[in-house]
Amino acid sequence: MSRWFTRVGWRHLVGVLAVAFSLFPILFVLSAALNPLGTLSSTELVPQGASLDNFGKLFTDTEFPRWFANSVLIAGVAAAVSVFLSALAAYAFSRMRFHGRRVGLLALLLIQMFPQFLAIVAIFLMFSTITDLWPVIGFNSPWGLILLYLGGALGVNTWLMKGFFDTVPRELDESATMDGASHAQAFFQILLPLVAPILAVTGLLAFIGTINEFLIANVFLTDTHAKTLAVGMFGLVAGERNNNFGMFCAGTLLTAVPTVVVFQFLQRFIVGGLTSGAVKG
Amino acid sequence: MSTQVRGPARGRAPHPSPPPGPRHSERSTSATGLLVKAVMLGLTIGIAIFAAFPLIENGHWLGLTVLAATTAGLCYLYGTRRHIPAKYLVPGTLFLIVFQLFPVLYTVSTAFTNFSDGHRGDKQDAIVAIQTASVTQVPGSTQYALTVATTGDPATGPLTFLVTDLKTKVVSAGDAKGLRPLPGSRVTVNTAGRVTAASGYTLLNGAQASVRSKEITAFAVPTAGGAIRSQGLSRAYEGRAGRAYETACDCIRDNKSGKTWAADETVGAFVASDGERLAQGWKVGVGFDNFTRLLTDSDISGPFLRTLVWNLAFALLSTGGTFVLGLLCALALHSPRVSGRSWYRILLVLPYAMPSFAMLLVWRDMFNTDFGLINNLFGLDVDWFGGVASARIAVILVQLWLGYPYMFLVATGALQAIPRELTEASSIDGATPFAAFRRVTLPLLLVALTPLLISSFAFNFNNFNAVYLTTDGAPFPVDNPMNGATDLLITYTYRLAFGGSGAQYGFAAAVSVFIFIIVAVLSTISFRRTRKQEEVYS
Repeated sequence: MSRWFTRVGWRHLVGVLAVAFSLFPILFVLSAALNPLGTLSSTELVPQGASLDNFGKLFTDTEFPRWFANSVLIAGVAAAVSVFLSALAAYAFSRMRFHGRRVGLLALLLIQMFPQFLAIVAIFLMFSTITDLWPVIGFNSPWGLILLYLGGALGVNTWLMKGFFDTVPRELDESATMDGASHAQAFFQILLPLVAPILAVTGLLAFIGTINEFLIANVFLTDTHAKTLAVGMFGLVAGERNNNFGMFCAGTLLTAVPTVVVFQFLQRFIVGGLTSGAVKG
Repeated sequence: MSTQVRGPARGRAPHPSPPPGPRHSERSTSATGLLVKAVMLGLTIGIAIFAAFPLIENGHWLGLTVLAATTAGLCYLYGTRRHIPAKYLVPGTLFLIVFQLFPVLYTVSTAFTNFSDGHRGDKQDAIVAIQTASVTQVPGSTQYALTVATTGDPATGPLTFLVTDLKTKVVSAGDAKGLRPLPGSRVTVNTAGRVTAASGYTLLNGAQASVRSKEITAFAVPTAGGAIRSQGLSRAYEGRAGRAYETACDCIRDNKSGKTWAADETVGAFVASDGERLAQGWKVGVGFDNFTRLLTDSDISGPFLRTLVWNLAFALLSTGGTFVLGLLCALALHSPRVSGRSWYRILLVLPYAMPSFAMLLVWRDMFNTDFGLINNLFGLDVDWFGGVASARIAVILVQLWLGYPYMFLVATGALQAIPRELTEASSIDGATPFAAFRRVTLPLLLVALTPLLISSFAFNFNNFNAVYLTTDGAPFPVDNPMNGATDLLITYTYRLAFGGSGAQYGFAAAVSVFIFIIVAVLSTISFRRTRKQEEVYS
């Protein structure tokens, strides 16, 4: 018995404890979402009765579907474009040698350390002008926010990707070039398919990061129908938190859906991609 | 090493497909390539033309020049066959410059000014504001019928006063810039003289107006000798300014008392001989004042240092704690003997999939003293966010929960990349499993994961959501409502810049610059230590 414990048993013990730690807040959210009373003070780990009232109220009393659509649009487009932009840059940094390459890589690292939202006052003033000139990309527009998020596209992602690109043997795209492929063909048709894992990982990280981004979105999106999930749902519990808690938890569960979908979609790449980029850094 | 090239890679690697163009075409760009390039360049020019019109209309000639130069540069870059690296770097770099570098530089320059509430615009703005604020109704003031309107959302859009002079029946629109007449063809006026419809404006109905009544009362339309202010929601008057600017003495004079406040260009304010300062000032450069204040003013530097120490501890504990916890789980489940590993993995990673902003708010409620889950579940009666130690423990605990699944995933991946032969060899040599882990596995893991740990540290150092959405800095000392025990530098900065008691943008920007320097120094040192940049130098 003790031998079994030292070999396998402790592993299950750690696993079970960790799962319990992982799950109990989620069970709490689930319970609150199903609890027909829908208040914080009435919520327990095991719900007293179950109904989908909170979900119904979320869709009738709030602009939740709009927020959901906004979030998916913003996070989806921003993640996809930022992955593409950093893949382009990583290709140049990995495969080409040019003046300013080293400086460029270090500069990227340094600029990224100044988080964008530290400059929120400057961004606010800048976009006040932009809103006057081009309302399409101004405040309360998803497009302006997407552009702003793309400002951070280069940076950590580029580093992670460059590390991964370096592991793909150079001979592959070089031989394609010998065969007459242009550098663009070598990039799009040879290299990109090979680096799918790291594209998936950075895409997922960017998607999760954007969907959870609160500070900039909160300054940017003030119209009810322009809000993202983070901003809208924060407003839901900012004023009447006790009463809206059930709705809030229902919204939380639904917000997890896009992340889980993206995660499932990319899962086979994730584990390998997360670490190999770092290994090769 | 070959493990990285997975999935689609395996099949394609030896046979690059589809075949990249015919051999004899001496590397000519393919037809599709040309077409794509033409379309993209056309789009760029189209967007540039679209963007140019508002710039021309508003006379932003500098902006127009930059736009034209950028577009021309792009056309040149993608039109030639040279500068291949730049072709790949420019798209991302453009965004980086406009939306990251420019705001950062702007922030740095703001750190050297007194930019704050009351010091927003230039001197002229301050004079207008002072005169407008001192407006009082005097006998014989012009009376107006008032309709409150906006050009945007009724709840948040900028206010405009649509006023009808009760004597002349002239209708005008007034905003913070001043009054301008509205042609009769654009408005409908009822018998009482109030505007009932105006093209280009959204009129606020009674309910909407009363919600914003505070704003409306504070709103003033500057005019030559004073300002138009509201009197209730349907009347307005043009009052006379009680204080006026006099060019001769470069000062503000109060018409009643005769007191004067002289302009002081070094502090950007009007100051009286007795030292009294008017609240409305203007923006001036103050050199290193904000920085020296941060370091020398003991009321500020004390709390600032305390926050910095806690901030470092927070980042270290969050990163280290999640790493240890994640690694422990990964080690425990990294054995073919454990049945149901994939189930463990799915359940363990669930917190990672939940939206963190929402879960932070949920955790805040789970720590609620009266009906929070934690106190209920464990039969405690702890005022979690009331005490310094318990609030800090709570914040760290939440970070552990949110962060360890990521570390678990990462550590699992790294463990799989370590060849089993290495640990087997050490056990044949007589090493205990623990020694094998400490001497062989852990060093290899750390080589792989240090860059991730560093970026995780940098992220946690500025983890705004973690504090803002849970404790919001609480608990606060009695004598300092600006700087709480769980405040990170970033939440402290946010409160300085956007807090209720007067925004201090200049000072907040100085703190931002400090944060940047600290993070940059810490990261540079650690990156150097990991020899991560070897490849860069090659």
